[in-house]
Amino acid sequence: MNALLQTRGLTAFYGDAQALFGIDFQVDQGEMVAIIGANGAGKSTFMKAVTGLLAVQPAQILWQGQPIGGMSASEIAKRGIALVPEGRRLFSSLNVEENLLMGECAERKGVWNLLRVYELFPILKQKRLQASTSLSGGQQQMVAIGRALMSNPALLLCDELSLGLAPIVIKEIYSAMPRICAEGMTVVMVEQDVSKAREVSSRLYCFQEGSVSLQGVSSTLTAEQISQAYFGLPNKHGAALP
Amino acid sequence: MMDMLLQTLMQGVLLGGLYCLFALGLSLMYGVMRLTNTAQGDFILLGSFSAVAGIAALKWLTPDATWMPLLLSPLLLLIAFGAGFMLQRQVLNRVLGKDPLPSLVVTFGLSIVIQNLLLELFSADPRSIETGGLNIASVQLPGGWAVGVLPLLILALALAATYGLQWMFDHSALGRSFRAVSDDLEIAQLMGLNAKRVYAYATGIAFMLITVAGVLQAMRTTVSPSDGPMLLLFAFESVIIGGMGSFKGTLIGALLLGVTQQIGFLFDPGWGIWFGHIVFLLLLLVRPQGLFPKTVG
Repeated sequence: MNALLQTRGLTAFYGDAQALFGIDFQVDQGEMVAIIGANGAGKSTFMKAVTGLLAVQPAQILWQGQPIGGMSASEIAKRGIALVPEGRRLFSSLNVEENLLMGECAERKGVWNLLRVYELFPILKQKRLQASTSLSGGQQQMVAIGRALMSNPALLLCDELSLGLAPIVIKEIYSAMPRICAEGMTVVMVEQDVSKAREVSSRLYCFQEGSVSLQGVSSTLTAEQISQAYFGLPNKHGAALP
Repeated sequence: MMDMLLQTLMQGVLLGGLYCLFALGLSLMYGVMRLTNTAQGDFILLGSFSAVAGIAALKWLTPDATWMPLLLSPLLLLIAFGAGFMLQRQVLNRVLGKDPLPSLVVTFGLSIVIQNLLLELFSADPRSIETGGLNIASVQLPGGWAVGVLPLLILALALAATYGLQWMFDHSALGRSFRAVSDDLEIAQLMGLNAKRVYAYATGIAFMLITVAGVLQAMRTTVSPSDGPMLLLFAFESVIIGGMGSFKGTLIGALLLGVTQQIGFLFDPGWGIWFGHIVFLLLLLVRPQGLFPKTVG
């Protein structure tokens, strides 16, 4: 298999504080991979490093075999990696449609355009001229996803899609995923909800304190394996859970 | 009495038009990249003196063609855009960041350099641009009033510039990029936007406005190389009164400043500018965010 994105011994720092300690990660064309982990496990830092918001060594991140570590965020976006950021982070002075149009800045051709995004999320068409801040959390998340799709990425990164949303809204958002993947989109999603992550992904990585503590095919990993890797409690220091 | 008040109001509004043109470039640069250009006044003078020098050169080349200076304007605007674009790319982009101090120091340094450069090249003598009588022409209004043609022209240009800038901000792709980098720089870059290039466009446009202001100032009155800080002060007061990041606010701020100064002049010829400062300070006390603030952070 040809890796679309691969990291090799990825390390990242915030000033002097090290946040990632040698992450080996790979996602192949057309895969849906989930990353789980507790708060502070390094999931968002990983996303920042991959999208160019955090400078890392060039060869630690390979995109279609080419080193891209430390490139500027806009260059990486132009190469086809798009992020749905944690907390959505829509442009507050832009209306819904203008937010979506910002995806065009990456200047990539493909199947996604305004029309397709409105087909995927019809509610956005109704609200297209409204201020993005006037939308509900779920609708804002739709804009954030649509904005990323508008750049016609080869790889879509989703950071905590379900954060702060009601279960029914989360379900609605995730129901769009199959239609996005139907176009052959490769997706990496960071998800706090472990069962959701297992359900939607084909493979799964668990991060813990800046390292990969578990990886494997989602359907074959047991709940016990995952909770061990997630919390890192049993056997890590030779001690069992009480 | 009523007549005098109305006259003062009108003169103030006309003066405010000029201040608005002084201030729009400052407002644009702050709004897009949070950069306070402390060399604004000196760049205005650079515009004035470029026009003075350009006209002198044209006169020397073709002494008979008096309409030639008109041809100079588009050329000057083009040069201004290029100069602003390059200044941003080569200098200002390097000092932008979370800390506002480096950019303040650099623009302050530029202001000193420009002042001395102009002094060296043009001496301290006041200069002006010959307008062929336009600066003293006036139109008669009903009721025996007269309004200067040039001040009216300046006000019209100020209104057009404010409206045009606001339209560009709200409706064009470039304006969308301006708002996006202003809202969330990180995410804008994540979308593939080259923020440094967007900044360069903003400064290029700001410099066109600055040059228009400089030429009009030299047409209306005289300019000398040491005028910069005072022009900066008027621009700054207009922007602050109106509220950071709003062009409509800048226009209204400038008009208010103009009117206030004229009212001051009414009491005593020495009071005008001082009166403007006092009102500016009072407004800062009552409403530190300005009248129509748009930009946050």
